Amino acid sequence: MDILDLSLCELSAAIKAKKISSLEATEACLKRIEKTKGLNNFITVCEEEAIKLSKRADAVISSGGEINPLLGVPIAVKDNILTKNIRSTCASKMLENFIPPYDATAVAKLISAGAVLLGKTNMDEFAMGSTNEFSAFGAAHNALDFTRVPGGSSGGSASAVAAKQTFGALGSDTGGSIRQPAAYNGVVGFKPTYSAVSRYGLVAFASSLDQIGPITRSVDDALVLCKAIFGKDVRDGTSADVSLPDELSGDVKGKVIGIADEFTEGLGEKEREAFFDAADALKKQGAKIKRVSIKSFEAALAVYYVLSSAEASSNLARFDGVKYGRRAESYTDISDLYEKTRTEFLGDEVKRRIMIGNYVLSSGYYDAYYVKALAARTVIKREYDEALSSCDALLCPTAPSVAPKIGSEPDPAKVYLSDVYTVPVNIAGLPAATVPFGHIDGMPLGVQVIGKAYSDGDVLSVAKAVERARG
Amino acid sequence: MYIPTIGCEVHCELKTKTKLFCSCKNEFGGEPNTHCCPVCSGFPGVLPTLNETAVEYAVKAGLALHCTINKFSKWDRKNYFYPDLPKAWQTSQYDLPLCVGGYVDFMLDGKVKRVRLNRIHLEEDAGKLVHDGGVSRVDYNRCGVPLIEIVTEPDMHSAEEVVAFLTELKSILKYTGISDVKMQEGSLRCDVNLSVAEEGAPLGTRTETKNLNSFRAVSRSIKFETRRQIDELTSGGTVKQETRRFDDNKGVGYAMRGKEDAHDYRYFPEPDLLPVVFSDERLDEIASKIPELKSARISRYMNDYSLPEYDASVLTADKEVSDLFDETVSLGIDPKKASNFIMSEVLRLAKSDGSEDVELKIVSKTLAGIIKLLLSDEINNLGAKTLLSALWGNASDPRKKAEELGLIQSNDEGEIKAIFDSVIEANKKQAEDFISGNDKLRGYFVGQVMRAAGGKANPKIINALLDKFKAEKS
Repeated sequence: MDILDLSLCELSAAIKAKKISSLEATEACLKRIEKTKGLNNFITVCEEEAIKLSKRADAVISSGGEINPLLGVPIAVKDNILTKNIRSTCASKMLENFIPPYDATAVAKLISAGAVLLGKTNMDEFAMGSTNEFSAFGAAHNALDFTRVPGGSSGGSASAVAAKQTFGALGSDTGGSIRQPAAYNGVVGFKPTYSAVSRYGLVAFASSLDQIGPITRSVDDALVLCKAIFGKDVRDGTSADVSLPDELSGDVKGKVIGIADEFTEGLGEKEREAFFDAADALKKQGAKIKRVSIKSFEAALAVYYVLSSAEASSNLARFDGVKYGRRAESYTDISDLYEKTRTEFLGDEVKRRIMIGNYVLSSGYYDAYYVKALAARTVIKREYDEALSSCDALLCPTAPSVAPKIGSEPDPAKVYLSDVYTVPVNIAGLPAATVPFGHIDGMPLGVQVIGKAYSDGDVLSVAKAVERARG
Repeated sequence: MYIPTIGCEVHCELKTKTKLFCSCKNEFGGEPNTHCCPVCSGFPGVLPTLNETAVEYAVKAGLALHCTINKFSKWDRKNYFYPDLPKAWQTSQYDLPLCVGGYVDFMLDGKVKRVRLNRIHLEEDAGKLVHDGGVSRVDYNRCGVPLIEIVTEPDMHSAEEVVAFLTELKSILKYTGISDVKMQEGSLRCDVNLSVAEEGAPLGTRTETKNLNSFRAVSRSIKFETRRQIDELTSGGTVKQETRRFDDNKGVGYAMRGKEDAHDYRYFPEPDLLPVVFSDERLDEIASKIPELKSARISRYMNDYSLPEYDASVLTADKEVSDLFDETVSLGIDPKKASNFIMSEVLRLAKSDGSEDVELKIVSKTLAGIIKLLLSDEINNLGAKTLLSALWGNASDPRKKAEELGLIQSNDEGEIKAIFDSVIEANKKQAEDFISGNDKLRGYFVGQVMRAAGGKANPKIINALLDKFKAEKS
C-alpha cells in the first residue's frame, strides 16, 4: 500500500490506529514534492518545520491524548494565507522577502488541530488570475497534464492535491479560485458561505468576496478541513458561526436540484453531455431536477470585475515600499519611491486590476461603474436566493471546459471568461462545491453544487452524491 | 465691504483605552512605534475589530451637541497615499455618519450666538512623520486612534466668533468625558474653510486651511486669510479654490495644493466592517451615561448656591475647574467663598503659562485646607496667595506648609496693639491727617504695622485698631 494513495480520512484513521505514523506520511509527502517539483506547485516547502510538527503529532498519539481527525495529517496552504515565521509571498515579487509576524486564523486552527504544514503553494499573484501563469515564481503545472495550466488562482494547491503531494490544501476563492483549479485537476474544491471561515490573515484581494476553503481528494476530506477552520473569529467582524454535520449522508432522495437554463446555454456539446450526466446521476439517486432561470447570470462577470478590481485597488495600495516587502533601491522623493516600487515589484495582471479598480472608483466614473455594479450585485444575489428558495441546491458547470494549454490564451479578457460559472456564487455569498465529473480528452470536468447561504453541510452532502455516482 | 464666511472641521481624539480597530494602547507619547501592532500598522491580511466604546463616545458627543443619531451608519474607505497612513486608506464615514445636525450656542458680546453643525463622524487618526536631518521616519503610535470630525455649517464671520465657538465646543466635549481636548497634544485640531463676499452677495470661492492646533493659530490664520482674499479681489484678482497651511511662527499662510491637484479619495463602503446599527434601548443607555453637562452645572450653581450667573459661567468654563469647585464645596467650604478664591487665585495660576488649556496642579483637599486657614483668620489674603503658589504642584499639608513659610498670622490683640502704638508714635503727622479724614493713609498704616509685625499680624485686627483710634481722637 502506498501511503499517498490514501484519502485524508483514510490517513487520519490509519494514524489513529497507529498503523501509519505522521512522520511516515509527512516524509512520503516531502519525497513526492521533491520528486515532482517540476510541477512548481510550492513556493516554499517547510521541510524542517513539517518533520518537527509530525514528530510532535506522533508523540501526542503515543501518549494516548485526544485525537483530532487532522492530528498528524500533512496539509499545504496557499501562499496568500499567512503563516507565522514562514515566508508568505502571495506569489508576488513585492512580498518575496515577507515573513509574517502572525498566523492566519485558519492556519492557527489547523496547527492547533495538529495538522502538519508542508509548505506554501503557488498561485496567481495576489490571487488575480485563472491559470497560475501570473505567478512571479513561474507557473505551476496541471498535475494530470504537464502542458496544461492547473487553473487559478489556487492552482498550486489543486495541483498538489491531485499530484498526491499533500492530503489536502487550503485555497482562497474570490471568483472561483478554489473551484476552477480543483475542477481542472480532477479534485474536490469547496468555497464556504461568505463569513464561515475567518479571513484574518488572508491577504485581501476583494474583501467582500474572498473566502478560504479546502481542496481535497474527496468530499468527506473537505468536511474534515471545514470542521477545523470554520467558526466566528473575534479578529474578523464579518465572520459568523456556520454549523456543519459530523458526517455527510450523501442522500439526495426527494431533494430538488435546480438547473438554470442560463447555465448550459454557452456550453460545448461534450461539456453539456457530461453536465447532464451528472444531473441524471442525481436523478437516479432519487433527486428531482427542476429547471429554473437566473436572468442576471451573464451580467455577473462584469459586476465581478468592477467590484473585485475596485476593492483590490484599495487593498493593494498598502504595498508601497514603506513598511515591509520590497522597496526600490533608488528614489528621489516619496512619490518616486511609491512609483518605482510598485512599477518594479507588481506584475502586469495586478497592475491591470489596480488600474481598472481606480478607474471605476474615480469621480466622474463612480456612478456609471461602481454604483451600478453594487446595484447589480443586489439583483444577482436576489435571483440566486429566489432560485434557491424553491430548490435544495443548484447544479452548475464549474468551468466552461477542461484546463487549457499553458500559454494558449494571450488575451486576459478572454481568460476572465473562464470564471463565468463561479463568480456569481461569490457575488451572492453562497457556498459551492466542485466535484470532478466526466472527461474530455482524458482531462477532467467539474460540476458545481451551489446551496443557500449557511447550508454548507447540505451542499457537501449533495456533492457527495455526485461523487458517489462518479464511482 | 467684504465679509468672511467661515465653517470649521474640528478633529477631536477620543480618550478610549485602546485604538479604534485593534487593542493597542491609545496613549499620547511613548517611544516611536511602541503602541502598534500588525492591524494598526497595516500589515497584509489584517482586519479591523471595532472598538464599541469609541462608537459610544462619538454618540455621547452627538447627544451633548444636540445632533440626531443615525440608527444606521456605515464605514467607508477614504483612499490616498501617504507614509503616515499604512493601509493607504483611512477608515472613515462618508455618506452615513453617526450623527447629523446639532448646534453649539455660546455667548459673544453679550448675545447668544448659534453655530449649526452639519455632522459628526467617527474615523481613525493617521500616524506621524518625523523629519530629521534630511531623513523622514514614520511613527505609527497615533495610527488608529479614534477621532471624531465635527463639521459646522458656514455660520461664522470673524476670528472672534470662531474662537468663541471653539472655546465652547471644547468645553462641552470635555464635560462629556470623551476627550482630553488638549490642543498642544493634538487631541483637538481645526481646519478652517473661509471665503469672502460683499454683504448680501452669494458666497465666494473658499479655501481650506488645515491642521490649526491652537486658538491663536486659528485666529491669526483667519485674519491672514481674510485679508489675503480681500486683497486678491480688490486688486482685480480671483480667489482660487485650494488647500492651505498656516505657519504660526511666521504668521503666514501658503497654498499646499490647488483644486486641480485635489485628492480623489475614491470613497467606497468598507467591506471589512459591518454597519453600526442602534436600537432605541442602546441609545437610551448611552444617553444615561452622559455626565452632568455645563448648562446643568450653571443652573445648579445659580439655584443651589445662589452664585451670580457670571461666576457660575466662569467656574464651569473648564470642567476640571468646575470639578475642583464641586469637590471643595463638598469638603465643607462655603460655595461663595470657594468660588471667589478659585476665580481670583486658582484660575490666575492655572492659566499663568499662557496656555489655552487650563492646567490645575492642586487637589480639592489641599485647596479646602488653604481656604479654611483663610476663613479662620489663621492666614491672611496675601498669605493664602503665597500658600497656594507654594502648594501648586506640591500636595503637602497646608497648615504645615503655612507654618514652614511663617504665614500663620498673629491674632494676639495685645501684641498687635503694642506694635500699632509704636507705629502711631513714629508717624504723628500722618496720624493727624488720618484722623482729620485722609482715609488713603489707612493702607499706609496697615502696611507699617504689618512690616513691623513681620507680616504676621491679622490685618482685620489692625483695621479695627485704626477705626478705634480714629473714633477716639476725632
